[in-house]
Amino acid sequence: MPRDELDVMSEIKRNYILQKIRKDGIRADGRKLDEMRKVVIQTNFIPRASGSAVVTLGRTKVVCGIKIEAGEPFPDTPNQGVLTTNVELLPMAFPTFEAGPPSEDSIEIARVVDRGIRESKMIDLQKLVVEPAKQVWIVFIDIDVIDYDGNLIDACTIAAVSALATAVVPASTIGQKDFPLPITCRPASVTMVKIDNIVVVDPDLEEEQIASARLTVTMAEDGHLKAMQKGEPGFFTFEEIQKAIKTSSDVGNQIRDIYPK
Amino acid sequence: MRLLGTASDKKLFDENGLRLDGRSPGDLRPIRIETDVLNRADGSAFIEWGGNKIQVAVYGPREAYPRHMQDINQAFVRARYNMAAFSVDERKRPGPDRRSMEISKVISEALQAAVMVELFPRAQIDVFIEVLQADAGTRIAGLTASAVALAAAGVPMRDLVVGCTAGKVDGKVVLDLSKEEDNFGQADLPVAIMPKSGKVVLMQMDGDLSIDEFNEATSMIFKATERINQIQRDALKKNYANTAQDWGE
Repeated sequence: MPRDELDVMSEIKRNYILQKIRKDGIRADGRKLDEMRKVVIQTNFIPRASGSAVVTLGRTKVVCGIKIEAGEPFPDTPNQGVLTTNVELLPMAFPTFEAGPPSEDSIEIARVVDRGIRESKMIDLQKLVVEPAKQVWIVFIDIDVIDYDGNLIDACTIAAVSALATAVVPASTIGQKDFPLPITCRPASVTMVKIDNIVVVDPDLEEEQIASARLTVTMAEDGHLKAMQKGEPGFFTFEEIQKAIKTSSDVGNQIRDIYPK
Repeated sequence: MRLLGTASDKKLFDENGLRLDGRSPGDLRPIRIETDVLNRADGSAFIEWGGNKIQVAVYGPREAYPRHMQDINQAFVRARYNMAAFSVDERKRPGPDRRSMEISKVISEALQAAVMVELFPRAQIDVFIEVLQADAGTRIAGLTASAVALAAAGVPMRDLVVGCTAGKVDGKVVLDLSKEEDNFGQADLPVAIMPKSGKVVLMQMDGDLSIDEFNEATSMIFKATERINQIQRDALKKNYANTAQDWGE
């Protein structure tokens, strides 16, 4: 995530966060190591979209809108709908976010979110065919990041899954009957960072800034791994990764409890 | 590219459980690494891994540019993974795309962990990875060759970085997927480690793996990295042996 002059944190603050985690096993904001921040999900926020959700994760806030349009399938998958995911790091969200073409960070976030949804087969793309090879439904997931305080991957996954779960395919635009987007499962991504050999769940911005490495593990109800991504220049030991998978399974179930039904 | 949800009507194992190219599930494809194959670059490596042919060049450490990218405490490693237009079956439109930008990012981060960046404040180290022919597993092959190219450039490193991919084909966990297996694969797990410590510096996954399958896949990968690391070392040693010969020793 952004590392630049504004990331410079006072030594005092850095030491405070480190010490608290090391000595008391408690984080600067009082959370336990494996505790998510408060999640608030509001769906159907954008009625003009086919599905939408506003998600706040602590003080991180993202808006996801789903647009579903009829269009041509990819030539190699004539019997499937199309899914695309895009994340915009808006300049309003953070002092160093800039307008313009997508940054590496926004591309990585979008691709990790996309993989979790795609690989879990959350959307039954085979049910999104109007006429094979000619016309299918294209599902655009667009996520605006409007307030940034860490862990955009999980905030964006929660927003996308929530918005998709409530989305309606506007089939009336081509003379058919609208129908709910066919959903098979609800994946949950859980992102952890490593601070001084201690792994914490759902980092806020300050924790991200002093973390050496990041790991995202996305699982679905079946308890299988669907997507993973290690990020940032640090490393994880294999034991840490195995523990992170267990944590993801537990925390993921908590997230699923608050997804819209 | 994975063909999403394509049913594998194609047989990917024979009656003896061997794969299309005759490998058993834990076998690697042939790997060959050659160092210092380019003149201008500070260090370079060429890797052939199965049908992958990838050229890597290292420039630096050199002054970081643009200036505002300079870090007063350390150098940064900037890898650029690029696929040649002719590297895949259907011509690839030249230039960076979202996939290559993501791969460049995770490779940069993996290398940053191994390079002793603290020795070179305000510097950047460029690693150019050109995939000339792609045959599945390009990011790991590119990263494995990058570590060799950095070492050949004399960049101080804590350790090499060595990677391998495992995946799931027809419900079976296999090492180092071929292009055909990748097209019909159910999961893909590229991992890179620093071999001396086993520290994981790159890990991505997509598809579907149970926890047991994940553990099977990673243990296959860890075992394979020992062999690949030996190939890296041999390539470097061979290069220095040649240098010594040139000097009449």
